[in-house]
Amino acid sequence: MIEITDLHKSYVMGTNTLHVLKGIDFTVNEGELVAIMGSSGSGKSTLLNILGMLDEADQGTYTLDGTLIHNLNEKIAARYRNKFLGFVFQSFNLISYKNALENVAMPLYYQGVKRNERNEKAMHYLEKVGLAEWATHLPNELSGGQKQRVAIARALASEPKVLLADEPTGALDSTTSYEVMEIIQSINDEGKTILIVTHEDDIAHMCKRIVNLKDGIIIDDSIISQVRVKATSHV
Amino acid sequence: MFNIERWQEIFETIRKNKLRTFLTGLSVASGIFILVILLGFGQGMTNGVAKEFEEDAANRIVVWTGVTTVEHKGLNPGRFIELRNEDYDLLIKKYEDDLEFKSSVYRIWSGVATYKNESGSYRVEGVYPDYQFIENASLTAGRFLNYDDHNGYEKVIVIGHKVYKDLFGNKEAIGEQVQISGINFKVIGVYSDPGGEREESRIFLPLSTSQRVFNGGNKVRNMGFTLRPQATFQQAVQHSIAISNEIESFLKERHIVAPEDDSAIDSWNSLEEAKRYYDLMDMIKLFFWVVGICTIIAGVVGVSNIMLIIVKERTKEIGIRKAIGAQPWSIIGMILHESIFVTAIAGFLGLIFSMALLEVIGPNIEIDYIVNPSVNFNVAITTVFVLIIAGALAGFFPAWRAARIKPIEALREE
Ligand SMILES: Nc1ncnc2c1ncn2[C@@H]1O[C@H](COP(=O)(O)OP(=O)(O)OP(=O)(O)O)[C@@H](O)[C@H]1O
Ligand SMILES: [Mg+2]
Repeated sequence: MIEITDLHKSYVMGTNTLHVLKGIDFTVNEGELVAIMGSSGSGKSTLLNILGMLDEADQGTYTLDGTLIHNLNEKIAARYRNKFLGFVFQSFNLISYKNALENVAMPLYYQGVKRNERNEKAMHYLEKVGLAEWATHLPNELSGGQKQRVAIARALASEPKVLLADEPTGALDSTTSYEVMEIIQSINDEGKTILIVTHEDDIAHMCKRIVNLKDGIIIDDSIISQVRVKATSHV
Repeated sequence: MFNIERWQEIFETIRKNKLRTFLTGLSVASGIFILVILLGFGQGMTNGVAKEFEEDAANRIVVWTGVTTVEHKGLNPGRFIELRNEDYDLLIKKYEDDLEFKSSVYRIWSGVATYKNESGSYRVEGVYPDYQFIENASLTAGRFLNYDDHNGYEKVIVIGHKVYKDLFGNKEAIGEQVQISGINFKVIGVYSDPGGEREESRIFLPLSTSQRVFNGGNKVRNMGFTLRPQATFQQAVQHSIAISNEIESFLKERHIVAPEDDSAIDSWNSLEEAKRYYDLMDMIKLFFWVVGICTIIAGVVGVSNIMLIIVKERTKEIGIRKAIGAQPWSIIGMILHESIFVTAIAGFLGLIFSMALLEVIGPNIEIDYIVNPSVNFNVAITTVFVLIIAGALAGFFPAWRAARIKPIEALREE
């Protein structure tokens, strides 16, 4: 599903260049649930942003679902993002003046889905994350965990091939973190490919594979036995 | 533009960001409002000044006499100079090509007019038929004096509207006999004058009749002329000044008056006066335009600022929208669409409101020099479009930039 080879990325700040990714080779198959770990500043977010086409690599190849991603102009990147990818951010990034349902429906608007169908689909995904009755609430009326579940519903709404999550539980306490992970596991069970950046060991162990970054290279990449989140009741 | 989904998205955004919308709208609407009111009052002043000149024909020359104050050619000061019919005859022959309408005036002081039980004191003047056009009088009933009246020494009068009201109320006046200083005159016409009541409380009769009936001999109190039109205002002013000076010196020479003795024989020409007013008017207009343009600039700057702030404030939202698949152009379009929509609605509201205000209060305003403030609709509507375009341009560049930066940078924005 994802295949990258010899990926490099540097940030230029004035006269200094900071070489962040120093040759990453990495493959993810369909249906995997991968945790990306590593100390702060090791380049996890940078890697995920490149995978998500929010940022561009300096060097190396990136193939997503058989499509070589290169020479991206914003227009094409926008189409790929909309078609292939779903994002979940640490800081949720919901649009503050739109309610939960409208936020979830946003990607569908950009896919050109008609209003009624959009709302129907969005409602379906809100149900999936257990927030159907919060549909008309604005983000600031939701708890952190609820916001993140709305963000997940939004990421799923466009039916992406890959879900990318940068520290989705970073702003949450452990109980709500587990609720979010439970949803992620259940989505993964349905076959969706998911990559999660995390600092937390327990979160990482709820995935099926852990990739460890250090100073811009992968120092460890191993399949683990997944810890299932106890089935807790939603909400 | 005609994408219903886009419109729905815009309306939702506007509805949910009422304060932002309100502030943008307010600055646009108030800018337009101030401008329209300003221009309206500029126009009002122009109208007011123009009205001052409607009273009489615009290119009028008047000559009159008084007492000499300077010794000249052995003649002592203190002589009373009187014009004669011969002066008039010579003048109109000499300046035949320059003068359009001309009349001598013989004035009867203390002209008490009586009709049945009503009476009043009015200016009674013997004039030539041309005098109607020199005074800009228009008839509301009957006719003005003609040369037959003049040649036949007819005892006929034309009375001003005020005189008619005083003496006749609303009754028919034409054909009635009015006594002036005990002598009967037949009313043949009633006139009105743009100069208002003061100008309408006069009674005109044939010059010949007045001189004969009131023992005027061939004396003339003053003379009024209008000049033939010239190609440009400048030429008209020059011509008017030249002719009035010539007439004045001609008469001074004939009556042995020192050239500088203006209290013995003096002339006045309305165009010289008019020029002063027109110059003043040009200044006033210029002033209002400068203020108006400053207002537009302030409005443009205000709208631009708001658009910059809006886009800045929305950078993160733009990043989010891009992360979930928005095309750059759809983002630029969204922002422009919204800004044009809001500025247009607000602009037209400001326009309608200010025009309505002018429409309602305008006709009721009649202070000196401000009459019926109103505004040129094309100017106002152009201003609205200028503001809309300015808002769109001001929104476009930051929107374009925001739509082009990498979504990850836009997302970092807080
Ligand atoms: N836009 C940028 N400009 C310059 N340097 C950057 C930029 N983004 C990241 N960096 C630098 O690149 C390095 C890697 O950043 P990155 O965000 O990928 O780390 P990370 O592994 O996600 O860290 P954390 O766990 O703190 O989120 C850091 O040293 C960071 O300072
Ligand atoms: Mg990070």
